[in-house]
Amino acid sequence: MEFLLAETAANELVDGLSAIGAGIGYGFAAIGPGLGIGYLVGSAVQAMARQPEAAGMVRTTMFLGIAFTEALALIGFVVFILIKFA
Amino acid sequence: MLALEFPPISHLFEWKDLFFKGNEYFAFNKVALLCVISALLVMAFFLAASRKQALVPTGVQNVGEMAYGVVEDNIVVEVMGEKGRPWTPFLASLFFYILFLNLWEIFPFIQFPPTSRMAIPLFLALQTWVIYLVVGFKHQGLGYIKNSLFPPGVPAALYLLVTPIEFVSVFIMRPFSLAVRLFANLMAGHILLVVFFVLAAALWSKTPLIIIWPLPVLVGIALTGFELMVAVIQAYIFTMLTAVYVSDSMEAHH
Repeated sequence: MEFLLAETAANELVDGLSAIGAGIGYGFAAIGPGLGIGYLVGSAVQAMARQPEAAGMVRTTMFLGIAFTEALALIGFVVFILIKFA
Repeated sequence: MLALEFPPISHLFEWKDLFFKGNEYFAFNKVALLCVISALLVMAFFLAASRKQALVPTGVQNVGEMAYGVVEDNIVVEVMGEKGRPWTPFLASLFFYILFLNLWEIFPFIQFPPTSRMAIPLFLALQTWVIYLVVGFKHQGLGYIKNSLFPPGVPAALYLLVTPIEFVSVFIMRPFSLAVRLFANLMAGHILLVVFFVLAAALWSKTPLIIIWPLPVLVGIALTGFELMVAVIQAYIFTMLTAVYVSDSMEAHH
């Protein structure tokens, strides 16, 4: 009986700790891509303002860059889901 | 305090079988049904648009030509240049298929994006993977592997470092990140909408808390508009990256 109780407590501890870990992990995973996308879009807006005729090309390249940068944040999100629910 | 019961994640994404219940291979649920419906809708739309090819387009033909033109001008010519024009039919159908799949997320009474189940983005990404590999071998022969793994202009010693990185990024990370990007965006969007509407449903009660009920509802409505934007952008990005990878396979790096 005591053994079972101890096991339940340990399981609850593991659940709680994995929830904390998932939350902190995703928070950290969002920092880099957040900075990156902000910098990227800022530069793209600057480029478009300086040279409006190149706006189409800049926009395409900007979306490409966002896609690659954002992938890191999304991988972080997937890890969060895996830790929390899998 | 609040009788707020958030449903477990499996209730948001796993659906009961509709046809062939319990069959290991042919079980058919809401996700598969939505995929089939989207494919039929895309086909019906473009067939209706191209049935009568009037010189001065009207009605559905007008919409169809505009939609096709948007993909051709903004994705194909922008990314692949003039040599990419033969790819427009494939990329346009890919774009509209993904767009229709994504739009089920905010469609009333359906409100579930099939692309938030990993199998569907994964399959689309593997299709892109196979296509750009085949195009690479067709246009460059076996030199494709050499050109992708050993980019020219790199000091010989650095190939120890560059080749494994290029191998992983070209042959493994590309389909993986394509699939994960679409899947995670739609899954996150679906969970986000569920969170706010579950909160709204829980606040709709006879307690004084009902005065803050409009907040989650308004945020939920705003997020629905945001998810509309996400649906379009993700379809656009998936198609554009497919175009980038295919045009990358067409010619060696210089």
